[in-house]
Amino acid sequence: MLKINNLQAEIEGKSILKGIDLEVKPGEVHAIMGPNGSGKSTLSSVIAGREEYEVTGGNIDFEGEDLLDLGADERAHKGIFLSFQYPVEIPGVTVTNFIKTAINETRKARGQETMPANVMLKMMREKMSLLEIDNAFLSRSLNEGFSGGEKKRNEIFQMAMLEPKLAILDETDSGLDIDALRIVANGVNKLKSKNNAVIVITHYQRLLEHIVPDYVHVLYKGKIVKSGTKDLALELEAKGYDWLKEGVEA
Amino acid sequence: MEALKDKLESSFLVLENELNGEAEGEIHGRRREAFKRFVDKGFPTKRDEEWKYTNLKPILKHDYRIFAKDDRTVDFSTIKPFFLNDVDTYKLVFIDGYYSSWLSETTHQGFDICTFSNMLSKYQDVAQQYFAKALPKEESMAAVNTAFAREGAFIRIKKGVTVDKPVEIIFITTDQKVETLAQPRNLVVVEENAEVSILERHQSLSAKPVLTNTATEIFALRDSRLNYYKIQNDAKNASLIDSTSVKQYRGSNVSLGTFSFGNKFIRNNLNFFLEEEHTESHMDGITVIDKDQTVDHHTLADHKVPHCYSDELYKGIYDENAHGVFNGKVMVHPHAQKTNAFQQNNNILLTDKASIDTKPQLEIFADDVQCSHGCTIGQLDEEAMFYLQSRGIPEKEAKALLLYAFANDGLRNVKIPALRKKLNRQIAKKLNVNLDFEL
Repeated sequence: MLKINNLQAEIEGKSILKGIDLEVKPGEVHAIMGPNGSGKSTLSSVIAGREEYEVTGGNIDFEGEDLLDLGADERAHKGIFLSFQYPVEIPGVTVTNFIKTAINETRKARGQETMPANVMLKMMREKMSLLEIDNAFLSRSLNEGFSGGEKKRNEIFQMAMLEPKLAILDETDSGLDIDALRIVANGVNKLKSKNNAVIVITHYQRLLEHIVPDYVHVLYKGKIVKSGTKDLALELEAKGYDWLKEGVEA
Repeated sequence: MEALKDKLESSFLVLENELNGEAEGEIHGRRREAFKRFVDKGFPTKRDEEWKYTNLKPILKHDYRIFAKDDRTVDFSTIKPFFLNDVDTYKLVFIDGYYSSWLSETTHQGFDICTFSNMLSKYQDVAQQYFAKALPKEESMAAVNTAFAREGAFIRIKKGVTVDKPVEIIFITTDQKVETLAQPRNLVVVEENAEVSILERHQSLSAKPVLTNTATEIFALRDSRLNYYKIQNDAKNASLIDSTSVKQYRGSNVSLGTFSFGNKFIRNNLNFFLEEEHTESHMDGITVIDKDQTVDHHTLADHKVPHCYSDELYKGIYDENAHGVFNGKVMVHPHAQKTNAFQQNNNILLTDKASIDTKPQLEIFADDVQCSHGCTIGQLDEEAMFYLQSRGIPEKEAKALLLYAFANDGLRNVKIPALRKKLNRQIAKKLNVNLDFEL
């Protein structure tokens, strides 16, 4: 599904990703861990198509197509979804209006009819109950005045509505209390299938107790320095990152 | 400019001759006095403090016809798009300055929705009491309008009446051969505890330059409620100078919205005079313009007495070479304690060539007041753009959605759903997207 080969990227002349290789197959859950500044968020931004980053080498293949040729909106149309670490507040655009526009623009791009209002409403209700979201939520301005937990829940709600093939969850656990974490993780797990895949980017093992990864990768200084199974996450939790750093810097 | 001034001078003599006996009356005396002020002062120039950001010269160089002919008809189907349509309304339609009874829907049942000329001939006491009593004497363009004031809308809502449906006033210009100067004159009197909503627009069907120099006087008597909306979306060769003055009396609530999308040039002089205590005034504006369009808003909230509230919100989006002006004056006189006066002007410039001159002007001579103002000039938020695009919304639509979100609180006082819908559609059209903003 996703094949990243020797990906290098920089921002404002500063090299951040220094040759990433990663392959994700349908049905898999990958976790990317690593200390602050290792390039985790850069990787997710580059996959989603943020323009501030300049890709200086390598490529990203998604279902046989080079993603780097596509704009962020076109990548979304292909089925890529990024759950933002810091979702943007947009006063004046309601959650409903936003989701309706996103779904219908995506359908338009895929050559499909727009979704009838009643079908969309039914779907919204379903997904809202899955994520234990209140009805009043829909008419609020997008992320404006939302608590940290509400923002993250809103991201997963959008993911549930857009039904992506590949979801990247960037630090979705930050700012969540344990109940909210459980609800969000439960939502993600219910949306999982053998046809889609998830990349979980996180600092801590905590989220991975709920969303269990098939593979764990450690990113450090712009490179994946170690890959393993979910046991690697436990090892990191116990030992920290220093033992890996030494290996790289030596 | 001088040529047009000369032409106005000779035209004024023609007008006086046509009036016969009426020329000796007090009403015409007010016209004459206004005209003398115009002759002495001339057209505004960039040397005038109030006109320093906009140049009228290119607008006034045309050889405008002052008196249009009363020989044209227009099919309803031609002007249908300019009406609200989704809702039943009273209609006052003027073709080239002449009232069209065929296209209008008026009434005298319990209130007067009719013409200015009708008011002059039938209700002389009204003319005596209100004509040329609200517009500031120092405004030259308003003075020219007063001098030639003969036709337009007259709306008088009697004490205690709530009008059952909105009133639409539309001025159409049709002449394809000559350049036209149109000078409609409106008078609105909302009596004690009465209520009405009014829409006004000026529409040129001509390919020739049209200058509309319109003036409206509004009197909101005690405890009355008025919503007045101006849709300014005229042809690309049309210019508009609008002088509107509102006098408010105790307990009245007036909301005036100005929505500007079209025209070559627009100047709005909007004055609120708060004559008695406990009034509430709202001024809202949304401007979305591009190409070489100019929209210049000059507003005044004149707090003469204590305990009045005024709130002003103007939003502007300027693309290509468009030029915006916002000059918002709030005057709080020494006796006007406990005044609440708020003003906000927010702008987005979409290109390097678009520009905005914004000047909040607060003159506060009382000490126990709450006044605030703010103005911003910005660009689109890139982070928000990426957020929307990452959800599959293409760049053009994402931009439109953010711009709409930026502008839409300018619609906060639009109480007619059909008008809201029309304005939403208009904003989408102006932003070149096929999006339904409101859900």
